Amino acid sequence: MSGTGGGGNGNGSGPRKRIVAVEAYCIGCRLCEINCLVKRSRSRKILKAFRRERDAVVPGIRVEESGHVSFALQCRHCDDAPCIAACITGAMHRDPATGAVVCDESRCAGCWSCVMVCAVGAVRPGKKRKVASKCDLCMGEEMPVCVAGCPNEALRYEER
Amino acid sequence: MKNDRVRYLVVGNSTAAIGAVEAIRRLDPSGTIRLLSREPHHVYSRPLIPMLLEPDVDLHRLDLRPRDFYEAHGVDKHLGLAAERLDPRERTVWTREGPVPFETLLLACGGKPFRPAEVGGLDACGVFSFTGWDDAVNIRSALETSKVSQAVVVGGGLIGIKAAEALRARGIEVTLVELADRVLPLALDARGSRMAAAAIRKAGVELLCGTTATCIEAPGGRASAVRLRNGACLPCGLVVMAIGVAPNADLAAGTDIRVDRGIVVDDRCETSVKGIYAAGDVAQGTDALTGASRPIPIFPNAFWQGTTAGTCMAGGEPRPAAAFAMNAVEVFGLPTISVGLATASGEGTEVLTAEDEAGTSYKRIVLRGNRVVGALFVGDVDRAGIYTGLIRDRVDVGTVKPLLTTDEFGLLRLPQQYRKHLVLGEGIEA
Repeated sequence: MSGTGGGGNGNGSGPRKRIVAVEAYCIGCRLCEINCLVKRSRSRKILKAFRRERDAVVPGIRVEESGHVSFALQCRHCDDAPCIAACITGAMHRDPATGAVVCDESRCAGCWSCVMVCAVGAVRPGKKRKVASKCDLCMGEEMPVCVAGCPNEALRYEER
Repeated sequence: MKNDRVRYLVVGNSTAAIGAVEAIRRLDPSGTIRLLSREPHHVYSRPLIPMLLEPDVDLHRLDLRPRDFYEAHGVDKHLGLAAERLDPRERTVWTREGPVPFETLLLACGGKPFRPAEVGGLDACGVFSFTGWDDAVNIRSALETSKVSQAVVVGGGLIGIKAAEALRARGIEVTLVELADRVLPLALDARGSRMAAAAIRKAGVELLCGTTATCIEAPGGRASAVRLRNGACLPCGLVVMAIGVAPNADLAAGTDIRVDRGIVVDDRCETSVKGIYAAGDVAQGTDALTGASRPIPIFPNAFWQGTTAGTCMAGGEPRPAAAFAMNAVEVFGLPTISVGLATASGEGTEVLTAEDEAGTSYKRIVLRGNRVVGALFVGDVDRAGIYTGLIRDRVDVGTVKPLLTTDEFGLLRLPQQYRKHLVLGEGIEA
């Protein structure tokens, strides 16, 4: 289809692989957060990343918990993504290959307009670096690490 | 330019225009889109013009879309060619190169800096606005050709603060003057504004609230001082006027198109003349929170209105949009997000506030009945968008009110139905 090139396209409707969280299976172990942290860390080693980089890296997934109810939440990669609409730099864009909404950190100005418009709270301000932090579906990986490491199949990666 | 009637004519080349072009092309891969822009530049981000004052700036950083945007979207672009006159009956726009007849038209001509008639000396050399590429470039060359050590910025809103930041970063002594009793008076309440003022002063900027410029002294036609209503006179080599932006509705003036403060549009961004649309800072739509008809000149609204207009122009059905004020502004390193009626108070309004012990972050949630109508975050803006969603979708938060300003608040606390609305189908299974 013509006209979808050039980046920045706000609409990515149509079936594509998405991460699905199953509230009933989530045991609130937060391994998904840890695995995401490790994936984004410099060391890529679970203990080092957890000990030394926890305050510098913002995981792209977050477990919310209340009593026995919990679920893991990350960017929904919305079809009509408000973060792309609100981005003042063009950094937030849809990856044409995967359909994922991703932030080009080299362009991001850290204005947090994306944070302002994300109704699921899944785009978050970076801690050490002034760039937006969010799930990128583990660009280039067969299976996102949060899904691969979930011990109770509470996260699935499937075409929707 | 060929004279056959173009399917889509877009006047303007900024946020709203881009939103429209992208929306049109999603529905219509081949209909001719012609775009006229007064400015000669590739589409750039207006909020990023402060970068033009940075040393060794990479100009491509200001590109709002990649350089191949027009080509990739099949846009017949005419940059540097202004639309000079519009005849809605003939369905034709005139440029200096001749007429451009159209089938559908989008007016996305943006805003223009407000120039208060009562202030003398605005035409003097050394007096600038700060809303477009050329403003920033002109300021830069003024700084490079003449020795400016002191500057006055008139207006303590978003644009004034960004101008003050850019000038201060170049080592200039800056005085920021704001007519209201506090900076960012539309976005921040008194508490939030005090935090912003502290950040401004900490950066070495002199801040004067409760007064404004009455006259710019310009002996020999060159600005040398700003005289204030309170009697003070501030010597300076450069003045930035940043007291607001008005819709640039000149093209529609005197035509059948209804113009009030801006070009009046309906929920489809259509003007009073069928097939002619307006979007962005030039448009006056309905504020979803107050019901008032008014311009909402903010970046995301411009993009969404552009998307709505483009969708309608291409014969599609737009998603329902809810326009209301929202601003993400960093004030000398202090992040702030202000959404909806963030500063509202008084009868029928319930205000919840919280701040951390160190006084570095502050939250203010405004409710009417059981619905959030405004939210303000200063210092810590993480997950502010959840509240934007609550405002947009008018969610009943009656059962979770006490949690709204606490760290325990999250999607899990929201009615399951709303949670599903946000994420199900693309997310959580209950």
